[in-house]
Order: sequence, then C-alpha cells, then structure tokens
Amino acid sequence: MSKMTIPFGPQHPVLPEPLHLKLVMEDEIVTEAIPQIGFVHRGLEKLCEIRDIHQMIQVVERVCGICSMIHAMCYCQAIEKQMDVTAPPRARLLRVVWSELHRMHSHLLWLGLYADAFGFESLFMQLWKIRERIMDINEATSGNRVIVSVNVIGGVRYDIPVEQQQWILKELDLVEKELKAIQTTMLNDYTVKKRTVGKGVLDKAQAYELGAAGPTLRASGWAQDMRQLRYAAFDELDFEPVVETDGDAYARGAVRFRETLQSIDLVRQAIDKLPAGEINVKVKGFPEGEMVSRVEQPRGELLYYMKCDGSKHLERLRIRTPTFANIAPLLAMLPGCQLADVPVIVLSIDPCISCTER
Amino acid sequence: MMFMTPHILKNLFSKSATRLYPIEQREPFERARGELANAVEDCIFCGACARKCPSQCISVDKAAATWTLDPMACIGCGICVAACPKSCLRQETVYRRPAIVREELILQGEVRRKPRKAASGEDKKAA
Repeated sequence: MSKMTIPFGPQHPVLPEPLHLKLVMEDEIVTEAIPQIGFVHRGLEKLCEIRDIHQMIQVVERVCGICSMIHAMCYCQAIEKQMDVTAPPRARLLRVVWSELHRMHSHLLWLGLYADAFGFESLFMQLWKIRERIMDINEATSGNRVIVSVNVIGGVRYDIPVEQQQWILKELDLVEKELKAIQTTMLNDYTVKKRTVGKGVLDKAQAYELGAAGPTLRASGWAQDMRQLRYAAFDELDFEPVVETDGDAYARGAVRFRETLQSIDLVRQAIDKLPAGEINVKVKGFPEGEMVSRVEQPRGELLYYMKCDGSKHLERLRIRTPTFANIAPLLAMLPGCQLADVPVIVLSIDPCISCTER
Repeated sequence: MMFMTPHILKNLFSKSATRLYPIEQREPFERARGELANAVEDCIFCGACARKCPSQCISVDKAAATWTLDPMACIGCGICVAACPKSCLRQETVYRRPAIVREELILQGEVRRKPRKAASGEDKKAA
C-alpha cells in the first residue's frame, strides 16, 4: 500500500485555532504527523521594547484570551520577586480566586469543544451553558468577561466585597450541582467511552521523555502541577494534583473534569480565608537582572523569562507556553490511530495556538 | 446517550437558557468596563492618561486643550481612569456602538492662559 499525505488544518471544523498537521496515511491508519505552526504569530514579546513594564501587563494578557489572568499573574509575580515586593495576603488570595475561575471556564470551554469533537452536541451545549455562570462572575467582579485585567505589579486592581463573595459562592454551588448532574455522562457514557478510551495513548515514560505538561502529563500518571510550587496563596490552601493513569484521551478529559470540580473547592477555600486589608502596594522603580516565573495554566506549565537593565522597558521577554510542550507528545500519540480519531486526539491536548505563537 | 436523555428532555420543556435579546436585555453589571468618556470641562490636559495607556489610543494637546481618543484602538482596560488626577475620565457600563468609519473622538476644552510666572520668565528670556 502506497503512502498518502492528508493535510489537517489550519482551517478545520474541530480546531478553534490554526494548527496544521501533515498526516502520512496508510489506508485509514496514520503513520506519521508533521506539524506546522506560525499562522497567528503576532510578535507580542517584541512589544516589550516599546511598552513599559506596567503597560506590558495588558499586552501579556492578550497572549491568550482564555487564561489572560494567569499570564498577567505570572508576569507580575516575576517582577515582584525581583524587586523584593510582596503582594498583600488579600491580593494573593484574590489572585487565586480569579485564576481558578479562569481555569474553570477554560476547562468547561474545552470539555464542550471536546464533546463537540466526538459529536455529542447536547453535552457541548450543556457545558457551555454552565460556563456562562463563570463568565458572569468574571464580568461582575472585574468588568470584563474574558480579559479581566485585574493584576498590577504589587497586587490586584479590584476588590471583591462581601456581598459579591456570597453571590459567587451561591453561583458556584449551582455550577457544582449542574456539573455533578452531567458527571455520569462525561465519565461513564457508552458514546463518550467508545470515542475516547484507548485513543491517543501516551504512557508514563513517554510523557516524561517528551516533556508533556499539565493535564496531558497528569493523565499519564505524573502528579506534577505548578501549583505545588505554592505561588500566590496556594501555600495556604488544601491542594492535591488530579492524576489519572491511563494516558488516553478519556483520561485527559477526566483529569480536566475533576480539576474543574477541584477549582470550585479552591475558590471556596480562598474566599473563606480572605483576610481584611490592602489589595495592592505601591511599587517604585524598575527591576534589574534576569527573572523566571512559573505558574500552572489550565493547559499546563507556563514559564516567563525576563531580562531588565533597570530601565522602564524590559530588555527581553520570553514566554514558554504549555501547548508548545504538548506538541511533541501529540506527535507521539497520533501514529497508529484511525483518521477519524485524529480530531479527538488533537483536541485532547487542549491546543492553544495563540499562546504557542504569541 | 442514556444518561443525557433526561437532561435533554428537561431542557426541552424548561425555560430557554438564552434571552430574547433585543426585547429582553440584561442590566449591565455595575463594574462593567465599557465606553470611555471624558468630562472635558474638568480636564486639565495633564496627559497622565495618554502616558499610561497600554494601547496608546489617547493623545492630549495641552496648548490647544484637546483630548483625542481613537475609540477603535481603546482596549477598555481602565488604566487611564485610575490614573486620572481630576477623576474626569470614566467608563460607561455599555460599549460604544459599532461604526463603519474609523473616526477619532476629539474633545475641545477651554484654553487656559499661561500663569503669570511663566509669562514673566519668557519676558526675561526675551530681554
């Protein structure tokens, strides 16, 4: 049988963003996948040369819409650490609240897209209906649904008053109730299992060797989560990484589903522990030297490297995003699978191409 | 599918999850960051907003007392509102209406005379 190459993407119904894969096929079986990225490169890192360190917060937020707050938090934490500034305890807990809300809405968005990828339209609609509650919380607390823009160097810009805290907790109770109601469908349904169990298997050794990150790594049995570094206020919260051992598309879905429930719990803990006090501290001057910061994005480990010579502009900004780390594991998952399973497997790493190309 | 059917039936017979938009509209949230507005009579044209703006959509001319905004470039972050010393900048809770033509919003304020001290300084220089 001669080999045939089929292009997959950059425009494909299952892909929210442009990723191009050249699939080398033998009959219906994929034997090799060759990736090509670079369709949405915007040169955001270069902007650090003309925008000062405070204005860059708004730029890094736009690296990725879906986890905007976490990008800005990572950036601010790096500069705060370098300048020996500590954000007040209330600000650190508020950062946890918003970052977990972002994780929840990102996971719910992905779970919906994933359900859509294997053709479960009603589950997709149900998940996105639940997600709307989180988007409303974001808008009510910060003023925007997606780009919440709450971080500043030295803390956060907005406070969450007591009445709003109560309302958030009530909304989260509803989110939890609605999620629990479809838990059986997501995790035990015959249709879901038929399309995901045993597809795109990445075993434990492969996941380590290929440097997988986030839920892709945790679904292969590694209990590694950047929140274990206890940044922001995670040191005060009760937190254990969610781990699955099968390493297939089903396990990656299960990790994200369970993480969504875990995030609800983390927000509750954070609101419960909110101390009174300042929400930001004034920061004077500019950092000097090299900085590295790591946080857990919904898709995995996010790394910021920055270099500054004490002037108001950064000399260099380098962002390493989890999807970039997960492309190599994806290429290891694809060979041997059916062409019809490619959309589900590609989506199972939760590709965020805007992040990857910046 | 078996587990989902009760939800589908429930959704089928319950109230719609979305609003009938143009007829039924939700009240905007109190903190919603919408259109940027400037009460130009209070503005002192200091230019703090223009310097802090991450998208550089504001330009201020102190001599001519004009405050110019490129609404299409504004990202609605609210940094300028926080930076304004006279609190004359504010954000509405609704967005600016869509437009076909990209137009700048130019607000003309009152041209204030230079304080006497500066004037006398110039006189000295001239002398």
